[in-house]
Amino acid sequence: MIAQHVPILAVMVPMFGALLATLVRRGDVAWAIGLATTLATAALAVLLLQRVLIEGVVSYAIGGWAPPVGIEYRVDLANALVVLIVSAISALIMPYARTSVNAEIASDQHAWFYTMYLLCMSGLNGIALTGDAFNAFVFLEISSLSTYVMIALGQSRRSLLSAYQYLIMGTIGATFYVIGAGLLFTVTGSLNFVDVAERIATSPYDRAVLTSIAFITVGIGLKVALFPLHVWLPNAYAKAPSVATALLAATATKVAVYLLVRLYFSVYGIEMVFVRQPVVEVLLVLSVAAMFFASFVAVFEINTKRLLAYSSVAQVGYMTLGISLASVTGLTGTLVHLANHAMMKGAAFLALGAVAYRIGSVNIDRMQGIGRVMPITMGCFVVAGLSLIGVPGTVGFVSKYYLVLGAFEKGWWWLAFLIVASSLIAVFYVGRVVEAAWFAKPDVEMAQVKDPPLSMLVPMIVLTAACVFFGLDASLTAGIAGQAAAALFGGVQ
Amino acid sequence: MELAQTIIAHYNHWITIFLMVAGLYVVVARGNMVKKLVGLSLFQTSVYLLYISPGKIIGGTPPILDQGIEVYSNPLPHVLILTAIVVGVATLSLGLGLVVRINEVYGTIEEDEIFEQGDDDE
Repeated sequence: MIAQHVPILAVMVPMFGALLATLVRRGDVAWAIGLATTLATAALAVLLLQRVLIEGVVSYAIGGWAPPVGIEYRVDLANALVVLIVSAISALIMPYARTSVNAEIASDQHAWFYTMYLLCMSGLNGIALTGDAFNAFVFLEISSLSTYVMIALGQSRRSLLSAYQYLIMGTIGATFYVIGAGLLFTVTGSLNFVDVAERIATSPYDRAVLTSIAFITVGIGLKVALFPLHVWLPNAYAKAPSVATALLAATATKVAVYLLVRLYFSVYGIEMVFVRQPVVEVLLVLSVAAMFFASFVAVFEINTKRLLAYSSVAQVGYMTLGISLASVTGLTGTLVHLANHAMMKGAAFLALGAVAYRIGSVNIDRMQGIGRVMPITMGCFVVAGLSLIGVPGTVGFVSKYYLVLGAFEKGWWWLAFLIVASSLIAVFYVGRVVEAAWFAKPDVEMAQVKDPPLSMLVPMIVLTAACVFFGLDASLTAGIAGQAAAALFGGVQ
Repeated sequence: MELAQTIIAHYNHWITIFLMVAGLYVVVARGNMVKKLVGLSLFQTSVYLLYISPGKIIGGTPPILDQGIEVYSNPLPHVLILTAIVVGVATLSLGLGLVVRINEVYGTIEEDEIFEQGDDDE
């Protein structure tokens, strides 16, 4: 009985958790509620993925209203994977959150923070699960609004400014998305992804459909932080509380990439997007520009959180690059990088959160010799950093392997060269942090610093171990991503 | 003549496009944070029109089942936009809330004056 309702529960459990967390108002109780709900949601996500692997596509009609009239939650491997990423990462960060939030946020605001955390998770899961264009917009706004609040809860007064700027950019992005969805709705009279896809194929109004592709690409591009629409991201990540940064970096952009993939492949179809609109050229150029420009900026950043934020923009470039290859291999690269990047950026930002917890700063000049006094934390950072570079044996290598393979399939050897060359820039920005952390001598003050408490270490170590584990044995992640990509290329099932 | 007719016949779209571009322009061109939010609201409101106006069917009645009536306007856009209005209100109120807090800590809501005060962390 309950197993049938797993898709909607993955959204409703965190949403009700958020409600409870607001009502109790007490930080530690809200945290306990948050821990329970995130763990429950992660279990639901595992169940969902298992069910999709066994049964194939799961369709759930909300309120019993059959699609296309009612809202449908349609789960295939691609969204089951994304929901698992969001839920698992949220559950992993929760134990870490308590210590970090206690240190960084005023105590009367703890419950609010957990409320927003759960709402954001609920919204992200909703975007990933829904098969309805307008429902996706509502969840997009739920996750975005809660994100703005989380960023505003940061310590510096710049946090407020970053939240405001992200609110402006994010709302413009979401509105562009609704304009695109509105044009689609005007042409087809439907909002259900499957139904819209069928009606587009027979619709005589091509021009409105092509225009909607442009609006949706720009709208979601803002949420994805596709270069040059990324300007909100570095400030938002750098000024948010450490826990929020880790959550957002590991999940938010991934879900937006997923939504773009879903609309391109399951709604518009390959012909519309890649043949009749120059999406390949646009995404290819912007992705490569992101890989180089953002990595280059990261090399000169002093604030390591901002450094990793620019690195995120570059990594998003790899994901959109996989889409622009318009092949099963390229899309596999994109989907596997969603999971892989979530692990490595999650681990890296958790390590920086621990640094902020111990020394109150994440500026590179304050971190001299910190590796010698916080060996486990900075060890995790090094492994995550190697993964960002794409060293064999880490997950980053798996993603880049598929992307390079996709480039060779197309005969674009120069692109393969660019992928490798951009990874080399990552060596510099990761190297700068590693150099400061490990090769400098800690001063007297620094010598007092220790690794953070176990509740912070364990999530970090788990994510770092995942980076290595799935880097050595990618059969699970790349297997699911490969099957999901093949299914997406098969069009609507 | 035919072109002019097409242009006039789609006057609802012209209004939508004007509001959309005007709103976006205000967001980009103004440094005052409240004015930016006004522009953002204008931009969002234009989308309401984009959804609602094609839902009206000329000669159609409100979508209430009754004998002898066969042509109804589409009710779905109204429902969608009701939701979008709620989202818009939430966004605007959160935005204004942030501006109040910014005004408290910076003493101004002009973007360039805030940037002059620099970044405290670096």
